[in-house]
Amino acid sequence: MKYVDEFRDPKKARVLIDQIQKLVATLADTKQKPLQIMEFCGGHTHTIFRYGIEQMLPGDIELVHGPGCPVCVLPMGRVDDCVALAERLDVIFTTFGDAMRVPGSRKSLLQAKADGADIRMTYSPLDALALARKHPDKQIIFFALGFETTMPSTALTVLQAKTEGIENFSLFCNHITTVPTIKAILDSPDMKIDGFLAPGHVSMVVGERPFDFVAETYNKPIVVTGFEPLDILQSIWMVVKQIAESRTEVENQYTRIAPSDGNSTGLDAINKVFTLREFFEWRGLGSIDHSGVRMKDEYAQYDAERKFSVPNLKIADPKSCQCGEVLKGSIRPWECKVFGTSCSPESPIGALMVSSEGACAAYYNFGNLPELIQKRTQKEAAT
Amino acid sequence: MNDAVNIKRRTLNADNITLAHGSGGKAMRDLIEDVFVSTFDNEYLDSLEDQARFDIENILRYGDRLAMTTDSYVVDPLFFPGGDIGKLAITGTVNDLAVGGARPLYIACGMIIEEGLSVNTLREIAASMKTTADDIGVHIVTGDTKVVHKNAADKLFINTSGIGVIPENVNIQANQANPGDIILINGFIGDHGAAIVDARGELSLENTIKTDCQPLNRLVHDMLLVCPDVRCMRDATRGGIAAVLNEFAESSHVGIEIDESAIPIRDEVRGMCEILGLDPLYLANEGKIVTIVPEHHASEILDVMLNNPAGNHGAVIGRVTVSPADRVVLKTGFGGDRIVDMLIGEQLPRIC
Repeated sequence: MKYVDEFRDPKKARVLIDQIQKLVATLADTKQKPLQIMEFCGGHTHTIFRYGIEQMLPGDIELVHGPGCPVCVLPMGRVDDCVALAERLDVIFTTFGDAMRVPGSRKSLLQAKADGADIRMTYSPLDALALARKHPDKQIIFFALGFETTMPSTALTVLQAKTEGIENFSLFCNHITTVPTIKAILDSPDMKIDGFLAPGHVSMVVGERPFDFVAETYNKPIVVTGFEPLDILQSIWMVVKQIAESRTEVENQYTRIAPSDGNSTGLDAINKVFTLREFFEWRGLGSIDHSGVRMKDEYAQYDAERKFSVPNLKIADPKSCQCGEVLKGSIRPWECKVFGTSCSPESPIGALMVSSEGACAAYYNFGNLPELIQKRTQKEAAT
Repeated sequence: MNDAVNIKRRTLNADNITLAHGSGGKAMRDLIEDVFVSTFDNEYLDSLEDQARFDIENILRYGDRLAMTTDSYVVDPLFFPGGDIGKLAITGTVNDLAVGGARPLYIACGMIIEEGLSVNTLREIAASMKTTADDIGVHIVTGDTKVVHKNAADKLFINTSGIGVIPENVNIQANQANPGDIILINGFIGDHGAAIVDARGELSLENTIKTDCQPLNRLVHDMLLVCPDVRCMRDATRGGIAAVLNEFAESSHVGIEIDESAIPIRDEVRGMCEILGLDPLYLANEGKIVTIVPEHHASEILDVMLNNPAGNHGAVIGRVTVSPADRVVLKTGFGGDRIVDMLIGEQLPRIC
């Protein structure tokens, strides 16, 4: 398939892995190994597991799977709010399919649908707007989810609704922002990460500059990375090369999609409709300042949180869950006490077991489960 | 065997099905005789008894064991490129018999109809069932019709049960895979799942993808002629080839290694999977069998496939290994490997 297979060429992969191996070998012995490189984005995590990249890399490189899966980091209280909105008789609740199974404190959206709520899976916010035109007697709520990548499409949908004067459409806004979250990870005391792969599709919208602080303030290499397997390998090579040359910069591997200044049309739409929240709650990471957006006051009529009353209760993460430590790279997913036993994709306890982009779900689905659980047991016995 | 009864059949004069057509009265007789009995047209149905009756000798001449199976069909939409719910209801049940090595003989059919369904739609689906059954060489010998209130079912649900006969010396079971055995597939994977997504029209894709819905009884028959000791064989419907391979690995306590670049898949289906984030290994098929055979029979079996219209894009896709036991490992086209587990939840609803 054109424009896809070129980025999945196994011969080029072998060359890159060979180059990475050689570069790692040149690093001074004083450098603590394995090097920890975090891929922030869930899309990267998915590619890494789907193509088996982790086992192809030299043992001196360890990938840490970051919090960039918006479905995974959604706190339980917000899922409860979704369920409450969806259960209203006058509402058709629309959502991307992967949010359906995220557990709330009472039930998931999937369970709410089985109990009779009118919940429909859509591929785009525009599908939800089309439903609003088709069902003028119903309130259509779109569950807006995702980082800066998906913000322009929801913002443009709201602007379209306003232009058309559609009044029965609103957003339950759960958009989150990348920069404060990376900063929170960098500020955490048990952080050991040596370099970052930055989310290419976020940069497609916001450009490279928002990531300058990683290189300048925290002195860590960061490379804006695409989503094909060769993109990931090339970016790992670029991070290791910065480490080898003692450089810390923002580099862009994904220039074919992500321009250095981002996308001004998308950014304009975001700025028109959204404004930063003071703080937003993340599953596994807790509250992070300015890490989410809400709708500006002039769009209040499209804001489901203001249009309808939502319970808005804070529900603590389950105690047994170690998602936070996994997200920061201080433990591996399979080292969590409940991984693969009481926490599984069928009945997830923690956020990272929920979506196919979550690190724990990826290890569970694509890894050798009995072997991983045995490794954990051996480790527990040793300590 | 009952002689065909030569009676004048009743006719149905209605545009749409109503609750009266399921009430047990005259309207129901009109529907059954005009739409089903006259379309399916065979001696077993003509007698209009409550059950079909067969001569035991007629069954015994094909083998020494009976095989029986049942499946329900709730696909949405009822018609899709390359097929419809009627064709699916016959091939699906026939294929479930065929992969046990059985020669399919008789089909029973239950129709659950939502009131309001157009009679012409029902006629079209019944005609498709008949054409498919004739092509395969099975008879639809008995049936049942229910009509339910609006919204109590969606348009039409069909249940079919099938009876077949397994020849002596044929013994295909999921627990017989041995390390060293070879795994084959009879063509492109994922066509049916992709066709249904496409037919729903929610994505406005440029391509039209056709279902692979096809009977497999003749292909299986030919394969068993050259290799009666086929170890395992299943049709990869819901859950895709990933589900079947996992069932084989677990039942046989072996490892299974498949090579991503060897698995036949159409560009259109791959493209759709890329767009939607679906994994083609989990996409439903309606005319694909995963077969495990001893290594020394692999090339003969592949030749049989390639010379049969139901297998002419067949390929060897992997082999059985000792470890990791109970697991399926995919060698990715990129050069890595990963475990392929059973699907959790559903990838796509109401595909068959």
